[in-house]
Amino acid sequence: MSQLLLDVNSLTMRFGGLVAVNSVNLAVRNRQIVSVIGPNGAGKTTVFNCLSGFYPPSDGSVLFKGEQIAGLKDFRISRKGLVRTFQHVRLFSTMTVIENMLVAQHRHLNTNIVAGLFKNASYRRLEQEAMDRAAFWLEQVDMLAFANREAGNLSYGQQRRLEIARCMVTQPELLLLDEPAAGLNPNETKQLDELIVRLRDEHEISVLLIEHDMSLVMGISDHIYVIAQGTPLADGTPDEIKQNPDVIKAYLGEE
Amino acid sequence: MSEASLYFLQQLINGLTIGSTYALIAIGYTMVYGIIGMINFAHGEIYMIGSYISFIVIAGLLGMGMVALPVILVIALVIAVFTASTYGWAVERVAYRPLRGSNRLIPLISAIGMSIFLQNYVVLAQGSRDVALAPQISGSWTFGDPQLFEVSLSYMQLLIWVVTVVCMTALTLFISRSRMGRACRACSEDQGMTNLLGIDTNRTIAMTFVIGAALAAVAGLLLGLYYGVVNPFVGFIAGLKAFTAAVLGGIGSIPGAMLGGLILGVTEALTSAYFPSEYKDVVSFGLLILILLFRPSGLLGKPEVEKV
Repeated sequence: MSQLLLDVNSLTMRFGGLVAVNSVNLAVRNRQIVSVIGPNGAGKTTVFNCLSGFYPPSDGSVLFKGEQIAGLKDFRISRKGLVRTFQHVRLFSTMTVIENMLVAQHRHLNTNIVAGLFKNASYRRLEQEAMDRAAFWLEQVDMLAFANREAGNLSYGQQRRLEIARCMVTQPELLLLDEPAAGLNPNETKQLDELIVRLRDEHEISVLLIEHDMSLVMGISDHIYVIAQGTPLADGTPDEIKQNPDVIKAYLGEE
Repeated sequence: MSEASLYFLQQLINGLTIGSTYALIAIGYTMVYGIIGMINFAHGEIYMIGSYISFIVIAGLLGMGMVALPVILVIALVIAVFTASTYGWAVERVAYRPLRGSNRLIPLISAIGMSIFLQNYVVLAQGSRDVALAPQISGSWTFGDPQLFEVSLSYMQLLIWVVTVVCMTALTLFISRSRMGRACRACSEDQGMTNLLGIDTNRTIAMTFVIGAALAAVAGLLLGLYYGVVNPFVGFIAGLKAFTAAVLGGIGSIPGAMLGGLILGVTEALTSAYFPSEYKDVVSFGLLILILLFRPSGLLGKPEVEKV
């Protein structure tokens, strides 16, 4: 049994009287792709917001690598290696592709201002490493040819891939992807599918995925959690989920 | 050249000189707006403080019997920039940071409060009367026809141009090339995302206040030397003019602030040359209204695109 990377227990989020997320449990192991599915408004993104520190959860625990992270600020969580994307692309659209990749590594380049002014050897080495890492990940998402383009001028599919590359360059252990296939054409979805699998198999990271594209989810997930109206409905392997009568009912309604 | 064109040239020189200093101050407004979407109303006072500090340092060094003018000016510049930067940092720390995330009107009021506080603090510390400094840089370079009209470009004006160009070049390089400049641009585009990527956005915002204050102090030293006089109220009108320049050029845009400053300076100089000088402000603010009517985002500002 591989080690538990993310261990979420009875996560609850209340907004006033509304219970948006009710006692959700999740577990992600090393080198796993885990998906969270559910009808629109089920609270999937709220779960992500709690995990990534956008909201402090009202209740429950979030253990990342055995450490409690519930209620920490978002940037502290991302520094620990849990990095997310958003439903809407949030690139720095007036900056170039390579600049987007370098901004993400800002904190790895944390040398003092004197070193920066005089560009001494260690500063130059760090800059070079950041450049190499940026180039490596652009290559991985097939975007190296666009390095000097302004991010805002890229196609939607390219922006999505750049966003994933920008996350990867921060060297995360767990990547949270919020509807990465939304708005992509079938061909782009297939590329994304391959990329996520490569992240797990070649780069040995774990991915927690929210997605509506069922063929994508069923094809690549190791484990699936189903949430409906903020409450856990079922979890299991893709085959188990496909057979589950409760899930079918939640998605298709009763006859 | 005819007399009229020589006269025009002289006004252009004067206008570009004043315009350069407007541009230096305007950078502070435009950078702060670019990063937090708010106007720093205490910025004019920072300029005034920069001017006072340089006067005090220059007078002090002269009083101590120092004669090497370049050395005096460099020392005055360093001390004025350092002090004004500290004030700029303090304004952000006291009047903006604790209010981050609150209604946009609230930091506006606290900044106006900061401005009143700083102005009165200088009145109490230095008195409200004009403080004068004998001209330090004299001499000029003249050309044109002595019979018709002699155009003069004083060494002081030349110094203002050179220092402005150096500052603007350094700033442009810093913003476009350096790691901190990159963080600064990222922050102005999407503060939440920048924070999430592990960049300390509070520090980045404080840095823009400090850069703006440093450039305002440079302008304070230069204009102080140019006019030879300073009082606690110069910050208000200079701040207003620089703010106008920033809006004219497109607030949030650094090249816009530079352009806006120069246009405003030249417009003022030409208006007071050909019309009674009381019309100076009428024409320059009329120009502002005209430009905003046809280009609401300013000359080089990015038009607001409404996202559907």
